[in-house]
Amino acid sequence: MAGCVGLSAALCQEGVSVVQVLLFSLFNGLLYGMLLFMLSSGLTLIFSMMGVLNFAHASFFMLGAYFAYEISRLIGFWPALFFAPLGAAVIGAVIERYGLRTVHKFGHVAELLFTFGLAFVIEELVQMIWGKTNKPYLIPSSMDFTLFTWQGLDYSAYRVFMLLTSVGIFVALYWLLTRTRVGLIIQAALSHPQMVGALGHNVPRIFMYTFGFGCGLAAIGGVLGGNVLGTEPAMAIQLGPIVFVVIVIGGLGSLGGALIASIFIGILTNAAVSYDVPFGPFFALFGVSSATDIGNDLVRMTSGSVSSVLPYLIMVLMLILRPRGLFGNRDV
Amino acid sequence: MLNVTNLHAYYGKSHVLQGVSFAIGEGEIVSLLGRNGVGRSTTIKAIMGLVEHRGSVQFRGQEISGLLTHEIARKGLGYVPENRDIFPTLTARQNLLLGEKSVGKGGRWSVDDLYTLFPNLRERADVPGGVLSGGEQQMLTICRTLMGDPDLIMIDEPTEGLAPMLVEQVSKLLEAIARRGVSILLVEQKLTIALKISKSVLVMGHGQLVFQGTPDQLLANEQIRQEWLEV
Repeated sequence: MAGCVGLSAALCQEGVSVVQVLLFSLFNGLLYGMLLFMLSSGLTLIFSMMGVLNFAHASFFMLGAYFAYEISRLIGFWPALFFAPLGAAVIGAVIERYGLRTVHKFGHVAELLFTFGLAFVIEELVQMIWGKTNKPYLIPSSMDFTLFTWQGLDYSAYRVFMLLTSVGIFVALYWLLTRTRVGLIIQAALSHPQMVGALGHNVPRIFMYTFGFGCGLAAIGGVLGGNVLGTEPAMAIQLGPIVFVVIVIGGLGSLGGALIASIFIGILTNAAVSYDVPFGPFFALFGVSSATDIGNDLVRMTSGSVSSVLPYLIMVLMLILRPRGLFGNRDV
Repeated sequence: MLNVTNLHAYYGKSHVLQGVSFAIGEGEIVSLLGRNGVGRSTTIKAIMGLVEHRGSVQFRGQEISGLLTHEIARKGLGYVPENRDIFPTLTARQNLLLGEKSVGKGGRWSVDDLYTLFPNLRERADVPGGVLSGGEQQMLTICRTLMGDPDLIMIDEPTEGLAPMLVEQVSKLLEAIARRGVSILLVEQKLTIALKISKSVLVMGHGQLVFQGTPDQLLANEQIRQEWLEV
């Protein structure tokens, strides 16, 4: 047991070493982080450019998964990887054009309530069309195998594909935003939309495309992640709040910040579960013992049991200590 | 070229412009003078569709009041705001290129033309706009609007906070702009530059025009200067 210090009991019993867990946590954390990045990158662009806190953003992640499920049943996974995000992007653009733009004149509170309602409407529609249970959206058989084994642990081909695709999307997005004229206009509109309009650029159209594009990015996350995390109506609500944590920690409008915050949260939550560090010794320093019910709960607490709360705790600390996040240029 | 008739503008319940009317001809430099807070900046913002307003704004005989800001810009009006609104993370060159309404259309001004006018901008082309000096930012913001090839450019307080040498440079730039057939509506507080380069001057007080005439007429009218311009 000496070699298992800091590991969860289950992993220790399986004879997994600390190094193996570290590598696996890093890989899975990176994978989850890149999935979060695909959601948060679109959201942070929309949030900083339009001031819209899009509560329905994760709903497009869900739509991506359901669309991919249907399309992959008909014509396969690869067309689904293209058409499902495209469909979600078009729906997002239409919602911006005919919904958000109309509500915009009533202010940000009205916009927020609009997207809040939209999230429930989309969830209800998904339940009406596809039902309340999990859909068998499966990993494509062409990638359902172990690609390599390292340090005694198997790495699936599909998960490696997810990671590479996510990295590819980040590189493409970075190139688009920093090397193309459209990207420069979007960057400028993030901070000075009125000035961009005064230079003759159609800002409402830029908003519509950005909103649609952001929804499409979230949907790519759904296509890639739906068959690993499960395709069900609750998937939007499960992932939605954590995406807001990412953009607060990373900083509004900062893609680099969103990337770093996504990976940080991905690795942190995975490592917290894998290592399952007991908090008993820490609380013992303050004289907490298991004599009382509350004391007993605290002493038995481990990092794994609070892993889902950790990102929110960091968000609260970030809001208190640095409201503009790691790389943001204005306060939330 | 530009005819503004009975222009009213509001910030919430505040009635800022109260029936402003004036005209600007082809290639003219017209200065809009007055103390802070009398509605000079609001006038050009209303013309650009950036604030709620009513009244008529005609450009080349076409009504532009009610159009969206980018549509007004595409009719041939350029706007240089008082706070410069440089895109801070983009380089000086990228700022300039975003001034173009469409790529490769060609107009009166090329990037090289503007670099010739302001060699500093060429040297600082790859520096983020946010770290340029105040004078460089002012030149950049004017040049950025020129890249869109406007027929009329409205410039809000271009000499605000600039050293005397740079004020002179701005003055020369404005004359160079006018020589290429671009009309200018200049919002200024410095009488010297406005009187030197303008064909006509407008004086504003409390949301209304209180004087319209030539620079010589304004110089001769001590009462207007004392009441509405001098501090």
